[in-house]
Amino acid sequence: MIKLYDYELSVNCYKVRLLLNFLLVPHKLHSIDFFPGWEHKSEWFREINPLGHIPVIDDEGFLLRDSNAILIYLAAKYDQSCRWYPVHEPSRLGEVSQWMMFSEGTTNTASAARLHDSLGYEFDIEACREGAHKLFRVLDEHLWFQEQNGSSWLCSGDDPTLADLVIFPDVILSEEGGISRVGYPAIRRWADRFRHLPDFSLMAGVLPT
Amino acid sequence: MVEKRCEDPVIRDLWHPVAAVPDVVDRGPIRTQLLGETLTVQSKEGGDICVTEEAVQGTGASVDGVSLTPTLPTLQKFGFVWTSLGSPPDSLFDIPEFQESDRWYENSGSFRVHTSAGRAVENFLDLAHFPFVHEGYLGERPYTEVKDYSVATKEGEIWANGCEFYQPIAAVSATEGQVTQYSYRLAHPFCPLLYKTSPLNRERFDVIGIFVQPMTEERACAHQFLCLLDESNDDATIKRFQAVIFGQDKPILENQVPKRLPLEPRAETPIRADKTSIQYRRWLYDLGISYGVVRGSSPEQISVT
Repeated sequence: MIKLYDYELSVNCYKVRLLLNFLLVPHKLHSIDFFPGWEHKSEWFREINPLGHIPVIDDEGFLLRDSNAILIYLAAKYDQSCRWYPVHEPSRLGEVSQWMMFSEGTTNTASAARLHDSLGYEFDIEACREGAHKLFRVLDEHLWFQEQNGSSWLCSGDDPTLADLVIFPDVILSEEGGISRVGYPAIRRWADRFRHLPDFSLMAGVLPT
Repeated sequence: MVEKRCEDPVIRDLWHPVAAVPDVVDRGPIRTQLLGETLTVQSKEGGDICVTEEAVQGTGASVDGVSLTPTLPTLQKFGFVWTSLGSPPDSLFDIPEFQESDRWYENSGSFRVHTSAGRAVENFLDLAHFPFVHEGYLGERPYTEVKDYSVATKEGEIWANGCEFYQPIAAVSATEGQVTQYSYRLAHPFCPLLYKTSPLNRERFDVIGIFVQPMTEERACAHQFLCLLDESNDDATIKRFQAVIFGQDKPILENQVPKRLPLEPRAETPIRADKTSIQYRRWLYDLGISYGVVRGSSPEQISVT
């Protein structure tokens, strides 16, 4: 069975849990004392991931780190419909990759602000919030145009993809970092649609619908 | 944002928790805020921990390279560093269970929340939100009733006794749902504790508390205190449970308006289940606390119209 080295309040771990649950892949969680114990920086964990980051998965001995890499692997292996990661559709695959790159930005701004405000990380909080708002404006505008074209999701097509999945956690928890979504109506509608997907899973801090 | 200086003498004279000892020793120095002032908490040779105010750093003279910056009063208790910006009492309250050798005790995290210390304390005292906010953990619909309980003040502390609640997973050590008996204790205006039936030994109690640090009037840090009877669960599992509960409370707490706790009894509408918080608000009023609260008019001045 897949083992996920996990911490409940980590957005990057949440991304992996979301996909495992959407795909109904059996898995077990190995809780890492990320906070306050910093177990991800411990000697034993650095043997699993020398970078000292979570999440990491262990799929019958195959170790993989970095949430985006893990998600691509899980989708390619366990999603027979190729819905989440459309490997056979070059243009949509390009779109998904583009927004997965974009999510590095939302994680490093919106979710960094959250770590500052909740767990006391020493970041430049004003820069984090300003950076998040710049990205949220781009996201909101894009989603508005998608809606005008009859599409509910970030990429073309009828189904959500990994693009939506990786950006959703940074967005839905942004208020914990002092980043209001009041000014982004298209983002709010998109996040609501995402939360209503079948087999959607919660994390602490994400309110049920 | 520039915080105005805290002029409230009552709150300045209290002992306040500012950091967990292991956090300072392993990853110090730690910069934090107390009552709007920025503090540095760091360990010194010999195991002592000192707390200094940033505003006065560099203003003191130095002799042979050693800074004479005045340090704040400091004590270490329950695994935390406590300090005060005023003249604190000689000692801090006691928790006798903390001395029992068969209990699990670990640094379980200091979580920050964008609300006043009073709001954070009040949330901790509330049973009624369990089935809605912590569904599947500390409560479960349709078991939403809060049975009547008693609240009394004794020896300068508030105690709520006889609280009962059905819980599907009362603690990590639980294997089935149980009716959990609670007592709440307020030993300090920002240190609520609860004593709850242990899933392992129904004659004894797990002691759980938060020691809340008022960082500013509208920001607080909840230092988690756990003193549990738990034989089998590993640290990460217990801490994960605490992180889940905190993570669920956080958005609810941060959406309460105003962020400062209203003390005027009619500012918000309490129900019978809120007896402890009514007593808590009155206690803060009687102590004369004005920081992080909305005092309003005196409870005695309210007339029924």
